[in-house]
Amino acid sequence: MFQFPAKLKTLSYILIAIGVAALLYGFFAGGGHEVADHGDHGHGHDNRPWASLLINNFFFLGISLGALFFLAIQYAANVGWSAGLLRILEAISGFLPVAGIIMMVIVLAGMFHMNHLYHWTAEGIMDPESPYYDDIIAGKQAYLNPAFFIIRSLIYILGWIWAAATLRKLSMQGDADASITWYNKSIKVSAIFLVFFAVTSSMAAWDWIMSIDTHWFSTLFGWYVFAGIFVSAVTTTALISIYLKNNGYLEWLNENHIHDLGKFMFAFSIFWTYLWFSQYMLIWYSNIPEEVTYYMPRFEEYKSIFITMLIMNFLFPVTIIMSRDAKRNFGFLATIGVVLILGHWLNIYIMVSPGTVGLEWHIGFTEIGLFLGYIGLFILVVFKRLAKAPLRIANHPMNKESEYFSI
Amino acid sequence: MAHTNNVITALFNDDDILMKSIKPLREKGYKIREVYTPFPVHGLDHALGLDRTRMAITAFIYGLIGLSVAISLTYYIMIIDWPQNIGGKPSMTWWENMPAFVPILFEMTVFFAAHLLVWTYFVRNGMYPGRAAMNPDPRTTDDMFMMEIEYSGDDEELRQLLKDNGAVEINVVANDEDHAVNEASEAH
Repeated sequence: MFQFPAKLKTLSYILIAIGVAALLYGFFAGGGHEVADHGDHGHGHDNRPWASLLINNFFFLGISLGALFFLAIQYAANVGWSAGLLRILEAISGFLPVAGIIMMVIVLAGMFHMNHLYHWTAEGIMDPESPYYDDIIAGKQAYLNPAFFIIRSLIYILGWIWAAATLRKLSMQGDADASITWYNKSIKVSAIFLVFFAVTSSMAAWDWIMSIDTHWFSTLFGWYVFAGIFVSAVTTTALISIYLKNNGYLEWLNENHIHDLGKFMFAFSIFWTYLWFSQYMLIWYSNIPEEVTYYMPRFEEYKSIFITMLIMNFLFPVTIIMSRDAKRNFGFLATIGVVLILGHWLNIYIMVSPGTVGLEWHIGFTEIGLFLGYIGLFILVVFKRLAKAPLRIANHPMNKESEYFSI
Repeated sequence: MAHTNNVITALFNDDDILMKSIKPLREKGYKIREVYTPFPVHGLDHALGLDRTRMAITAFIYGLIGLSVAISLTYYIMIIDWPQNIGGKPSMTWWENMPAFVPILFEMTVFFAAHLLVWTYFVRNGMYPGRAAMNPDPRTTDDMFMMEIEYSGDDEELRQLLKDNGAVEINVVANDEDHAVNEASEAH
């Protein structure tokens, strides 16, 4: 059994306090970085704390969702090597309800005009009589309307929470029950969830992220977002595993398991780059105004973030963790993991910011403070859940196989 | 390296028994020259204490060669020899048109790495058309596992050790010259 160290708990409370302070500062102290009024730049200034909340919440929602997806894959594919890691994945997916509730708050606030993250919710934009009427956006009304948007968001979040809770409940039976009924049921639940996830992960990405830039669309956007959250999730799993191992837990875990997690980090970093580039190159090549509107602000106003993010998420993993030795070294992999986490946070940042805060972007206390706050909240929720059950499912049929795993 | 030692071959009918017999043999200081198996046995290379393959390093170098070739190729064809207006952006520089070349760079990197790696593998293992089979016992292509062990002096102790560890058949190789050819495959 894992004991939540008091020091770590205190740290997480401190981080949460910083996060709350950052959010309050963002809302009431005006975001900190005053930019001279450029005329009608929309709601960039007011949006900043909301955008920061969306970026951070979606990033950690993605981590917990990616971990749940990874967990479901382990069951559906009868995976042996990861049997000793399932409790960590369960614990990470335990963050889903928290992130889901905050996501619903952001969505509802957006639909009731308390924030202006989603351009298509603007007053009169779908009304032909209004001076703000936008023909293209009005054409998307059948899909992008507040009622359907709220219902969809609810369905995604409730579906994911259901899968996370059910898999957790079944694995708890695996501690006491020596039969493998719970395991077979987990396979069924995982298979159902994976089908649900295949559709909803893409749709959630369109709704919560892509609809910010309402005019623009990309058919592979959902997979691009998925690749990002999956890298973040596997990296987080590796970081928590390494932390637990260094603190004397997980005696069944060795460099072979870490090597496999490292392979996932490496492979899905390449996969992420592949999707990122597929999206980028087609738009760059065809050079059509309605498409390049997405990359123009990103490449002109956000150039530093854009380039840094690519280096951190592509060049860095490709060159550094390609070799076998790098993936088998705990400290080394943890260092890479931190860079990847920050890189994928920047990835979400650059997806959300241009369409919400636009020119008034600045990575300051509102963003970094809230990010630290979320780290605190994440640690608190995940480690509490980790301490509630043994770190390995006692009757998992492949515990032995996992122990003998070697590559 | 000349093999002055004598060689004994031991046959096993199970890969687990084979794997378990390696440790006691190596502890006694016997040198296992080669093991023939009908299928790849997981962990055998580790048990025999073989060095890790250096093929990964060659693959990386071949990939870099492929990347350089692709850069030179696209630069010569699309920029120098017949400058192209790519995607309505007539910058006529390689760097600004780089996104258009990425698929080529990727494919050539993979092509060079994969093909040169296969040929390297064949060369290092001495595999070429018409090469006589190096397998001393055809049964190892069916259901038997054979181990070649070097020894000097009396073979009684080794025979006993092999029997205790589950060998089903033990033979002394009369003429070591037959196996000189195996030296090439020992390098890896």
